[in-house]
Amino acid sequence: MEILVCIKQVPGSNKVEVDPVTGVLKRNGADSKMNPYDLYALECGMKLKEQYGGRVSVITMGPPPATAVIREAFAMGADEGALLSDRAFGGADVLATSYTLAQGIKKMGKFDVIICGLQTTDGDTAQVGPEVSESLNIPCVCNVAKIDKVEDGAIYVDMEMAHEFEQVKVQFPCLITVKKDILQPRLPSYKLQKATDNKEISVYSLKDMDDQDKKHYGLSGSATQVQRIFPPVSDKEQETWQGSGAELADKLHGKLKQLKFIS
Amino acid sequence: MGKLIVHQDKVTDIAAMVALCPFKALEDNGGKLEINAGCKLCKLCVKKGQPGAVEFVEEEAGPQVDKSLWKGITVYVDHVEGEIHPVTLELLGKARELADKIGHPVQALFLGSSIEDKAKELLHYGADSVYVVDSPELMDFKIESYTAAFEAYINKVKPSAILVGATPVGRQLAPRIAARFKTGLTADCTILDIHDNTDLVQIRPAFGGNIMAEILTTNTRPQLATVRYKIMNAPERSAEARGEIVKLEVPAAKLQSKIEVLGIIKKEKVKTIESAEVLVVAGRGIKKMEDLEMIRQLADALGGDVACTRPLAEAGWMDATHQIGLSGRTVRPKLIITCGVSGAIQFVAGMNNSEQVVAINSDPEAAIFKVANYALVGDIYEIIPELIEKIKQGGALA
Repeated sequence: MEILVCIKQVPGSNKVEVDPVTGVLKRNGADSKMNPYDLYALECGMKLKEQYGGRVSVITMGPPPATAVIREAFAMGADEGALLSDRAFGGADVLATSYTLAQGIKKMGKFDVIICGLQTTDGDTAQVGPEVSESLNIPCVCNVAKIDKVEDGAIYVDMEMAHEFEQVKVQFPCLITVKKDILQPRLPSYKLQKATDNKEISVYSLKDMDDQDKKHYGLSGSATQVQRIFPPVSDKEQETWQGSGAELADKLHGKLKQLKFIS
Repeated sequence: MGKLIVHQDKVTDIAAMVALCPFKALEDNGGKLEINAGCKLCKLCVKKGQPGAVEFVEEEAGPQVDKSLWKGITVYVDHVEGEIHPVTLELLGKARELADKIGHPVQALFLGSSIEDKAKELLHYGADSVYVVDSPELMDFKIESYTAAFEAYINKVKPSAILVGATPVGRQLAPRIAARFKTGLTADCTILDIHDNTDLVQIRPAFGGNIMAEILTTNTRPQLATVRYKIMNAPERSAEARGEIVKLEVPAAKLQSKIEVLGIIKKEKVKTIESAEVLVVAGRGIKKMEDLEMIRQLADALGGDVACTRPLAEAGWMDATHQIGLSGRTVRPKLIITCGVSGAIQFVAGMNNSEQVVAINSDPEAAIFKVANYALVGDIYEIIPELIEKIKQGGALA
């Protein structure tokens, strides 16, 4: 079985601030890590490979340092890795990102199942997975809480909905996005890390793609435009209270009483 | 759209330019300033960098969409077996407001099986037309079938904007539609407005941090946005039904799917933090897991429930179903008391619409105070036990 896991490098911390005077974005703690949700996707890929045989490949898009997350995936047991990297891919929104990924996936080969994490911690949109599936014209099941089995060219999964689980059978090739905690992700193995130290990572740029029209990638291929960024504003009535613990407790008690939350 | 060009002769201090970029997309390559694939084209280097060092060059604009051909604000009717999710009504209220600004109609799109009766109810909430695709193929949610029905609707009605509840169904259906029409989709909008040229103003927290972004879909239609439950206000149910129900026929052959639904397992009904009227929230100011007991006691004393921030859920101190924020739940209680919560925007986005916000934090600069009605600068370990004691002395609940 050919399994592909989509992964992403995200900022190590989400402490981003905007300077209210200059409007400049200040990103503190600039270290990066693999999107935590992707670890669950990788674990699912590894488990499927262990049970049914085959290979696990990973794909990511980003600047050259993003190969770090591919190396991490190797240390967890991934067999192949590809990085999609080109300045023409910069400034991409969900539409352009998923189109680029779909193009890269076609370049990498044929896959039975593509697994994505539910969402990323930097974008938090949970949209890239389903948009990739549309670009590849394959079925997609999001919010997968359990992978039951693989049989006769189909995967059986439970999709979590608001009040129920839908048990579905999806024909290959397909894409699933898996929930956090679906399985406990394994830790990267030092041995594997050493063994894959020099393993080759394919790097694809625009000229490697089937569709080389710049207008479909990056900012040009994006349907949404960020007009401005600004710090959140609040128009609420506000009071600040200071004092000793006992004073503040007393004041809050009085307020809760006044607001009729307690008698 | 455009691209950035570096003029090396205008670069006077490479290190300063490199430091300027929040995405680490500017590099010093042997004395030459270069832009790597990390560039998000935020153009900060153009605006704040050394004059002329980086230039933004507009590229020739492609064909423009004729926005006048796209009319109406559509709300996707989220439902489980015909039982309409309340986010739908909230979105209808917002859609009415937006549509009135630009003189457009409000449509509701209802996809399912045996749903015609339920569709009538929507005429009490401001929809001018309720479009119904009623087919046995749409009995359970299968993304290909629902996308096909949705596509048929868009091709027929051509709505300018579509609002979708950020529910388990909406969050996969909306992106699938957006990719099919190669158009923009903005997830989890917290504020929506509309320009005279029908561009939907979509505001949401962005870049994973304490920043709001205003996003437009300027040259494609329809425009798609998802909104979480309890972000917008539901309109009052009008006594009189207004508007019409329009049946859309989509051939069954078009609704086929490679997904087969084998069974449905009902979840046990659990008390959720979304339904709580009072919430007491634990943040990183809680020093150890045992101290959560004090949070529980306060919640009990107020007849409410407990919740937490992402770090606590990730540490396993509280179940993820109790986590508030963009990666957790959105809540809108009558009263929320945050204890030792710093107030990252991811968190605030999940509770900002609470009626009364009380925040306790020892750091006078904590971001949570910006959204608090009552900001208590103090130590939770001093205030909370004292408060619990006072409430207990005070007697029964209101």
